[in-house]
Formats: sequence, structure tokens, C-alpha cells
Amino acid sequence: MANPPDDAIIRVRDLTVEFGGGKTRVLNGLNLDVKRGEVLGFVGPSGAGKSVLMRTIIGLVPRLAGDIEVFGVDLGSADSDARRAVERRWGILFQHGALFSSLSVRQNIQFPVREYLKVSERLLDEITIAKLGMVGLKPEVADRYPSELSGGMIKRVALARALALDPELVFLDEPTSGLDPIGAGDFDDLVMTLQRTLGLTVFMVTHDLDSLYTACDRIAVLGDGKVIAVGSIEEMRASQHPWLKSYFHGKRARAVVT
Amino acid sequence: MNGGPALERMTQGDALALYASGPWTARYAPDLEVLVGDIEKMNSQSKRVLIDVSKVAKLDTFGAWLIERLSRSLALTGAELRIAGLSANYSTLVDEVRRVKETPPPDREPVTVKATLERIGRSVAQIGDTLIGIIDMTGALLFALWTVVRHPTRFRLTSVVHHLEQVCWRAVPIVVLITFLIGCIIAQQGLFHFRRFGADVFVVDMLGVLVLREIGVLLVAIMVAGRSGSAYTAELGSMKMREEIDALRTMGFDPIEVLVLPRIIALVIGLPALTFLGAMAALYGGGLVAWLYGGVEPEAFLLRLRDAISIDHFMIGMVKAPFMAIVIGIVACVEGMLVRGSAESLGQHTTASVVKGIFFVIVMDGIFAIFFASIGK
Ligand SMILES: Nc1ncnc2c1ncn2[C@@H]1O[C@H](COP(=O)(O)OP(=O)(O)OP(=O)(O)O)[C@@H](O)[C@H]1O
Ligand SMILES: [Mg+2]
Repeated sequence: MANPPDDAIIRVRDLTVEFGGGKTRVLNGLNLDVKRGEVLGFVGPSGAGKSVLMRTIIGLVPRLAGDIEVFGVDLGSADSDARRAVERRWGILFQHGALFSSLSVRQNIQFPVREYLKVSERLLDEITIAKLGMVGLKPEVADRYPSELSGGMIKRVALARALALDPELVFLDEPTSGLDPIGAGDFDDLVMTLQRTLGLTVFMVTHDLDSLYTACDRIAVLGDGKVIAVGSIEEMRASQHPWLKSYFHGKRARAVVT
Repeated sequence: MNGGPALERMTQGDALALYASGPWTARYAPDLEVLVGDIEKMNSQSKRVLIDVSKVAKLDTFGAWLIERLSRSLALTGAELRIAGLSANYSTLVDEVRRVKETPPPDREPVTVKATLERIGRSVAQIGDTLIGIIDMTGALLFALWTVVRHPTRFRLTSVVHHLEQVCWRAVPIVVLITFLIGCIIAQQGLFHFRRFGADVFVVDMLGVLVLREIGVLLVAIMVAGRSGSAYTAELGSMKMREEIDALRTMGFDPIEVLVLPRIIALVIGLPALTFLGAMAALYGGGLVAWLYGGVEPEAFLLRLRDAISIDHFMIGMVKAPFMAIVIGIVACVEGMLVRGSAESLGQHTTASVVKGIFFVIVMDGIFAIFFASIGK
């Protein structure tokens, strides 16, 4: 499969995104590389444009300028077959779950699988239960509808759906928000297990300091429409940038470290 | 094999060895299922089974699960089972799927006579629920109206004006166009058939009575039910879905007062206005056709019209309009409030809103017809 030589699975160059015909410029000449097999944590103040960046990379938000390559394919110029090939290889967890409200949990998880694989109902059901188990849900949940789930359960089902096809790359928008601390910890473990075993690459937008410490290999910080810092958690902690300082040395951060 | 997965089998006395190789991943799941299924069907009598996965190039949850499924079904035959060559990385994955319990059978309801009968029964019972819902909503509305009358500051004028724009002002072009065309058609058909009896001029009578009494208001009400009734249901329904209505309630607002009352007031004002415009457009269209197609001069048309109709006909049409507005509005809002979590439910209730809205409008028209006939108008 075609991958860029330096093994950047996502490559973003000079990305500019505006809304309202130039009234609000959310991203302004942003550059970012996500390497194969890493867990990249993406942080930044609320409203900085993290979700917008994620949605732009996956092609939901039009860009004003810049290049985006995923798996070495430029999604801006790719034809629909190339796009589909890429879409089959990634899984996406939206900030608000985005489960199909008229399908049950089982159908939600099976939806992408049915589309791409011709497998028996039995295997579909078994895989559904396996995925539910991986995200910490009981099999009984399978026949409920999204409106009958709690907020945290919606997150988990959405994650199970994102992982349904065992993708190589997953985009997670605040996966642990709305989970209890134990569930969030399990989630971090799951991400690490998948990364180790499947070689999964994870692009994770998060505000969860625990996740940043335990699950992320590298952290990127978004500010003023650009990536203002990238590096390991130690580098982030050593940074003199005022926002980073208050983020990693604030009251909550101290509580995590100690 | 050409890059795909494989599962070779070797028997030696009472021992069976299975060698898995190639990529055991989701992409090859259909092939893998066949491979594993073959072994399961083989129904081996071997006492000892070895599954060697050291040649597996790539493993993901699909592959791990199929290996697990294989070992489970072999374990059922009472064989002593060993999995060899599982790297440390992959064994965590296999452990992960090992926790999967035997799958509960998904409930897929069988289609039986009983289930069908039950469904029919339930949908009949739902008609009663609709009526109760309408009565309930009427009560809540009257209560909200009373509250607003007692505390006029709580009346939401901005909201009413906004909805008036949506249901009335923006509907003017389509309502005028359609009633105009219907007026033309009535006149044309009337002329065509009446001419045979030399009764051309009675077309004006028919047009006037029909449009002012029945067609004008009925047509406009049906259009409004389709246009605004569906919008009301969809708006309220999606607010219901996203807990916006619950939020309103917890802030101490009455959703009926804040959301439903302004909408219904807007309809009660808007529908008669549209009915008036629609009736005029239909008469105009009919007059135009009578002139161009039937050769009835505009002056003659107007004179005849004045003789043929009385203010009663006009009033009867107009009196019906606000009642139809109330029915459409209440049905739409009841349906909106019944929406449950899913997008599908929103669609169902929006459809139901339009269907029931139109149905009640016609029933209402029938009741009015009987009423006016019995008071001799
Ligand atoms: N469709 C849109 N139209 C206009 N502005 C938008 C749109 N989507 C996002 N924005 C704006 O872009 C900015 C970034 O939004 P975004 O959702 O990416 O924030 P975020 O970094 O994900 O924040 P959070 O951490 O709260 O999720 C915000 O100021 C938002 O108002
Ligand atoms: Mg966001």
C-alpha cells in the first residue's frame, strides 16, 4: 500500500479553514504529521478548532487552502473509489457519538461491516458482542436503541462502531468525556492494547490529562489556528508557553501527577 | 495461497494439527469464516489438537475471534487443545476476545398470525390515543391561553410574528398560485360541460359558491396542513429528541405556552388570511378563464357573481378557517410531542401529522356542512 516514505499516516500542510465567508478563520496555516502506529493526543482550549481540524482531515469541512494526505492519498483530489478505499481503513468517533438513532446498537455496529464484508449473520453477531465487550459493554445492550443509552454508553457504542472494521487509523473526538474515571482508564488501556496488537494509529482530541499521560505517545497543541507545540508529555511539561504551563501545571494537572 | 489466509490441517493418529498462516484480518473475514467453518464441520475425533498461529502475518479482532471460535468448537469435542506460536502482542488480543460470552440469540420477531393481529389491535387502540392526545393538548392550550390572558406580559408576540411569517407570508405565493389554477380548472370544466345545455352563465354561480364555501378553505387548509403542520411536527419533534423541551420545562417554562401557543395563534391568524387570498385568486382565475375561454365579459361576470352569491357564502367559508387552523395546529403539535429518540420516529410522526391533519380538516368540513344545512344556510 502506498505510504509516504517517512511513514506519516496523516500529513497536513498549510491548512486554512474559514467559516462564514471569511468572518471567522479557525485554522490558519496549520502543519501536522501523524506517524504510523502512534497515539497522538491533540489538546487546545475549547473552541480552538480541534473538532474542526478533525472534520477537515476526514473531509467533512471544506478547506480554503492547504494539503491533506491520509495514507498518502490527497483527499481533496482523490476520486470516489480512492476515497472509499481510505474510508474503509479508518474509523471515526464523533464528539457527540453520531449513532444512527433509528438503528439498534447491534445494527449500528454492524452497519459498516455489512457494507464492506460479506460474512454470515452469525459472525456479525459474534463480532458485535466482541466489540461491545472490548469497549466495556454487556451483550444485553445490543438490542437497545441510542435513545435508551446513557451518555457514556453512547460514547462506548460509537467507539465500538468506529472499531468495527478493525481500522488502521482512528479519529477520536473526546473519547473519554462522559466516562467515569474507571471506564476512562479502561478505555486508555484498550487504546494501548489495540495500538500494540493491531498497530493502530490514533488521532485523539482530548481534555483528559490521564489519557495524555498514559495513552499518548505524542501531544500536539492547537492555538491561534496553528499547532504551537508537538512532543512528548515531558516536553510539554517543560514548555514555557503560558497556556501549556497552566494546562500541565494547573491544579488538575498536579492532581494527576501526584 | 496468493497472499490470502490459509488453515492447513494435518492428522497424525489421534492428534490434529492446524497451521494458520497469512493475514487473519477483517478484509479476509469471508474467506476465514469458510476455513474455520470447514474445520468445525469436519467434526474431528482427535484427542489432541494443536493450533499453530506462528505463521499468521497479521491478526485483528476478526481473526482473533475466529481462532477463538475454532478453539471453542474443538474444545466441545472434548479434545485437549493447545495454541502455539501466539506472540505476546497477539495474545492480549486473543485474551480480549476470549472474554466474549456465548452470544445471546438476537431477538428477531417471527411473523405470526398472532403478532399481526396484535399489531392491528394496537394501531386501532392508537386512534383512541390520538383523540386523547388532542383533548389533552386542547386543555393544556386553553390553560396556557388563560395564563397569558391573566399575565399579558408573558405573551410571546415576537414568536407569533415569526411563525406568522413562516406559515402565512411565505405561503402566499404557492397558495395563490394553486388556488388560481384550481379556479381556472373549475371554470374551464364548468364551461365545457354546461355549454351543452346552453347554461354557460351558471358557471359563475358554481364557481362563486364552490370557491367561497368549500374549495377555497378546504384547499388552503390541506396545503397548510402539508406545509406548516409538518414543519411544526418536525420542529417540536427534533426539540423533543434533543431534550430541548425538557430543558425548557426545568427552567420553569411551560412548553405549551412557549412553543405551542404562539404557533397555533399564528395559524389561527394565518389560515383565514390565506383562505381569503386563495378564494380571491380562485375567483380571479375562474373569471379569467370565463372571459378568455367562455367569452363572458368581466362586467357580466361580476354582475352575475353579485347575484349568485351572498355574503353568507363568503362568511361560511371564512368561519371554518380558524377552526381548521386549530385542528391542524393541535394535531401537528401533539404529534411533535410524541416523537421519541430516533430519526425514524420523527419521520413517522411528521407523516402522521400531515395525514391526520388532512383527515380532520375534511371531517371538520363535513360537520360544518351538516351544521349549516340544518340551520338553513
Ligand atoms: N459550522 C461552523 N460554522 C461556523 N463556525 C464554526 C462551525 N464549526 C465550528 N465553528 C467555530 O470554530 C471554532 C472551533 O470549533 P471546534 O468545534 O473545532 O472547537 P474545539 O476545539 O473542538 O472545542 P471543544 O474542545 O470545546 O470541543 C469555534 O469558535 C466554533 O464556533
Ligand atoms: Mg470539539
